[in-house]
Amino acid sequence: MSPNPDMNVEIDETQATVRLVLRGALTIANVTELEGHLGKIGATAPVAADLSGVQRIDTAGAWAVATLRERIQAGGQQFDILGATEQVEDLLHSVANALPHPEALPVRRATLPDWIIRVGKAVSRSVQFLAALTSYLGLFLARLGRAARHPTEFRLTALVHHCEEVGLRAVPIVALMSFLIGVVLAFQGSTQLRQFGAEVFVVDLLAISILRELGILLTSIIVAGRTASAFTAAIGSMKMREEIDAMRTLGLDPAMTLFVPRILALILMLPILGLVADVMGLVGGGLMAWIDLGISPAMFVTRLIEGTDVNHVTVGMIKAPFFAVIIGVVGCHAGMQVQSNAESLGRMTSNAVVTAIFAVIVADAVFSIFFAQIGI
Amino acid sequence: MQETDEKEVIISLRGIRNEFGSHVVHADLDLDVYRGEILGVVGGSGSGKSVLLRTIAGLQIPMAGTINVLGTNVRTADEDTRVMLERRWGVMFQDGALFSSLNVRENVEVPMRPVVGLDPAIRSKLADLKVSMVGLPYLAGDKFPSELSGGMRKRAGLARALALDPELLFLDEPTAGLDPIGAAEFDKLIHGLSRSLGLTVFLVTHDLDTLHATCDRIAVLAENKVLVTGTLNDMLKVDHPWVHEYFHGPRARAATASAQAGHGGD
Repeated sequence: MSPNPDMNVEIDETQATVRLVLRGALTIANVTELEGHLGKIGATAPVAADLSGVQRIDTAGAWAVATLRERIQAGGQQFDILGATEQVEDLLHSVANALPHPEALPVRRATLPDWIIRVGKAVSRSVQFLAALTSYLGLFLARLGRAARHPTEFRLTALVHHCEEVGLRAVPIVALMSFLIGVVLAFQGSTQLRQFGAEVFVVDLLAISILRELGILLTSIIVAGRTASAFTAAIGSMKMREEIDAMRTLGLDPAMTLFVPRILALILMLPILGLVADVMGLVGGGLMAWIDLGISPAMFVTRLIEGTDVNHVTVGMIKAPFFAVIIGVVGCHAGMQVQSNAESLGRMTSNAVVTAIFAVIVADAVFSIFFAQIGI
Repeated sequence: MQETDEKEVIISLRGIRNEFGSHVVHADLDLDVYRGEILGVVGGSGSGKSVLLRTIAGLQIPMAGTINVLGTNVRTADEDTRVMLERRWGVMFQDGALFSSLNVRENVEVPMRPVVGLDPAIRSKLADLKVSMVGLPYLAGDKFPSELSGGMRKRAGLARALALDPELLFLDEPTAGLDPIGAAEFDKLIHGLSRSLGLTVFLVTHDLDTLHATCDRIAVLAENKVLVTGTLNDMLKVDHPWVHEYFHGPRARAATASAQAGHGGD
């Protein structure tokens, strides 16, 4: 196709009828200029538009001519089109028929009551969210109780499968993370403690911080990122494809078949992962203490056993099942909130991760206060 | 065939071969599309109709063959030529494929953005015009794709495909998933727009009513190639088993009957 022929607009307003002559190409490329010329024509006199010189016209050009015609005619004046080919006529006709007539949306300015309403709605939404999470927890516990009474309904294969997914496959990443945290703690601790000549206390520092808090907390955060999102994505995509509805119509209980194996797998696996994290953290810390401070492994072990109460491990491990339930319930609940479009799946998956991590940290803080109060 | 020789060939495919792994979809496929016609491509599920559309639109690179669209060899053209070419065609995907983060008006504006010197206010008015031309109400322009029904999304997808007044329009299953009334309206819309805008339309469909209502010519994909092309009446005379089954089955008879009843009422 040849390059666009130029456009030429002539407006003659000296006579009673305004003469408008358009030549060349009236296309989207020069519609801005065309509209600029046509906009100057007032709706006070009849207009005769000569289109015989038009070589090309697209809907944009036709739109400019048709809006002009509409404006002139709205002013009670006559608008004639001269010399248009049949094709141009056709296009003008179909564009003129389709000319949109803006319907103004009622615009409302936000007032103070709107603001209060919005805050109130947000608060009520969060309360509802908490209530929904609680009801999912209740649902899970009820189904777990049912599974205990009717073992045949329980899906052992699914449980084993999810244990592998949630537990075994997470071991490498949890171990590596915890090992590195141990290394960092020992290194930072030793540089600080060396100033007081108290290097050997690095063992206590490591033992207490990792066994009591960091081991299980960081494991839970990794598992929340890894598993809560996986639960949401799996259940959410089933929800999207109406598989959950299909299960209901077939008399299968989604809570029993989907939630119980997943959350139970988490409850069983998270303490084990936490223990792996504890051991690897101590190994990493011990290695760093050996390299950096010359505390031999044998001395490290002696010091660890003498100086650290087993309570620290208990305190750490007691938290694991609670964190597991939080992560599992949040993941399953978010999955069930997915609607039938892909955007909601993505949104709920990231929501699940954020909520799970946040909830785990809040729960950890609550546990800290609790244990401090009862003096363990 | 004498009359078609005079027409300008706008798409020309020669020796196209597409395969996915060991699965051959097209082998030695030839097809011509003429300016101003509405060509309907039919074929069984998995016969590669959509793959053919994707091949012509440059979304699928064939293993072999030449593709000429609007006088440009698509496979050997350089980047700039291809961009120029892509502005001369529009594609409507099955579910509209609208950008979900933009509202309908902004979606239609997307292809117009690269046009140099186009005033944003005029661009938005032109988008409103396109939205109205495909039969959507004015307020639909402010809605997001997720707020629209399937039929409205298709119409909005069509509006976006028409944004730059393309010469060539590709439609992938335009009536799939629409109720019969919506499908009939969409057929009428495509037919009307293609005539008033002088479009050449390449449409892939399963819908026998669409073939009756809109298509000038039909191409049947079977046995990895374009088995036969011609008007609907030509198709009725073909004695290939699949083609015969397709155009003489109970659904085909119903579509023919309703098309004839429709013509009788005119």
